[in-house]
Amino acid sequence: MEMHEALQASWEPKIVAFLCNWCSYAGADLAGVGRIQYPPNTRTIRVPCSGRVNPLFILRALQNGADGVLVSGCHPGDCHYLSGNYAARRRFAVFSRLLEYVGIEKGRLHFSWVSAAEAGRFAEVITEVTEEVRKLGPAKRLVKKKVE
Amino acid sequence: MGDSSKQIREAARKLFEENKVDLIIGFEDGSLPLRATPCFIRRGEDAERLVWNSFCENNLATYLPKKKGKTGIVAKGCDSRSIVGFLKEKQIERENLVIIGVPCEGMIDRKAVEERLGEREILSVEEGPEEIVVKGTDYEEKMKKEDLLPESCRICTHRNPVLYDVLIGEALEEQKVADPFELIREFEGRTAEERWAYFCGETEKCIRCYACRNACPICYCEACYVDSSEPQWFGKSIESTDTMIFHIVRAFHTTGRCVDCGACIRACPMDVDLRFLNKKIEKDVLELFSFEAGEDPDEPPPLTTYKQDDPEEFIK
Repeated sequence: MEMHEALQASWEPKIVAFLCNWCSYAGADLAGVGRIQYPPNTRTIRVPCSGRVNPLFILRALQNGADGVLVSGCHPGDCHYLSGNYAARRRFAVFSRLLEYVGIEKGRLHFSWVSAAEAGRFAEVITEVTEEVRKLGPAKRLVKKKVE
Repeated sequence: MGDSSKQIREAARKLFEENKVDLIIGFEDGSLPLRATPCFIRRGEDAERLVWNSFCENNLATYLPKKKGKTGIVAKGCDSRSIVGFLKEKQIERENLVIIGVPCEGMIDRKAVEERLGEREILSVEEGPEEIVVKGTDYEEKMKKEDLLPESCRICTHRNPVLYDVLIGEALEEQKVADPFELIREFEGRTAEERWAYFCGETEKCIRCYACRNACPICYCEACYVDSSEPQWFGKSIESTDTMIFHIVRAFHTTGRCVDCGACIRACPMDVDLRFLNKKIEKDVLELFSFEAGEDPDEPPPLTTYKQDDPEEFIK
């Protein structure tokens, strides 16, 4: 029991962040250059556009043990490919409702618009997402059990 | 119903005589009672085989993509809406298609009949306007048709084909349904734990035979994500999370495309409640983008288009 509690206490959420190359990824970069502090819980995957993110990416991340997923792209109207983020917005509006509907906790899946200039906002988003996922505790639903 | 069969045959014969079609897809009597089976007619004289009754449940639109030449098709409301979907997605060409529209009062759910009879074997079925008479060796039972409809027919608001070249009989009055999403709203009201438990219970039944995908008219992709091994999106076993991901993504792929024809439910050998996912998406697409599948062939599918002011309350 003590062991279990110790593990619980040392648990840190693992969050997979799909960041658009043209905005959020550059925003993260700027946050780094600016030495802005934010929780080290995200694992970044750089994608060419938020529209590149297939819902299967998110499901696979959750299945493989991510406690949370963040998809971050350009503000509406700023897409490098003109409409990729608009397409993503429609897709994830439906998809996020579906995941919640089948019983995946609402706070596991996050979306944000962060531009390349918004380093402070990037740090805020990561902090907020990390705290929300931390509150939910380790992901149990949809996590594939490892064969011993 | 008998009249409709006659009229379909006549229409089919006429189409062959006038050389308007190379093939007609319709229904013929199945080899078992309570069954009608899809049939493919290539000559006018074979039109005699065509029938219409309350067992013509399959969505014939499933056979349309990849068909060469001029094709005629017998289409009820849901079939015609699937055809609209194909036109929208540029899978078929309208000029190569002759639609024989048939107004439909709902198809009988075979499982509901069998449930009422228990172990008793069905030898023959006679269909009247309001009821069916099921006969076996030592029994005869009358059942009201309206009690035997599956949920998707019970709340159907598209009994008449939305698109047709020939209409068989007269158009029916459409049903007034107070809330087609009643069951979905009730489910949404449950707690996350309850919803998760239900989802687990339903997916646990699944044997991953993919019959739902094969029966579904909109699952026409040459390469499906479930068969893909590079990348292998998820495991091929019946491990519970793999099955869940299969069901989530299968449902997601119906976004803005499912017309609630019920083909997946009928095909499922394990009685998985597939509709509770499809219908939820149908509801959300209507709420979010005011879009309903199978209405206007010229309106783009909702996930291929956008508006600048689409809802985004879920985005930080």
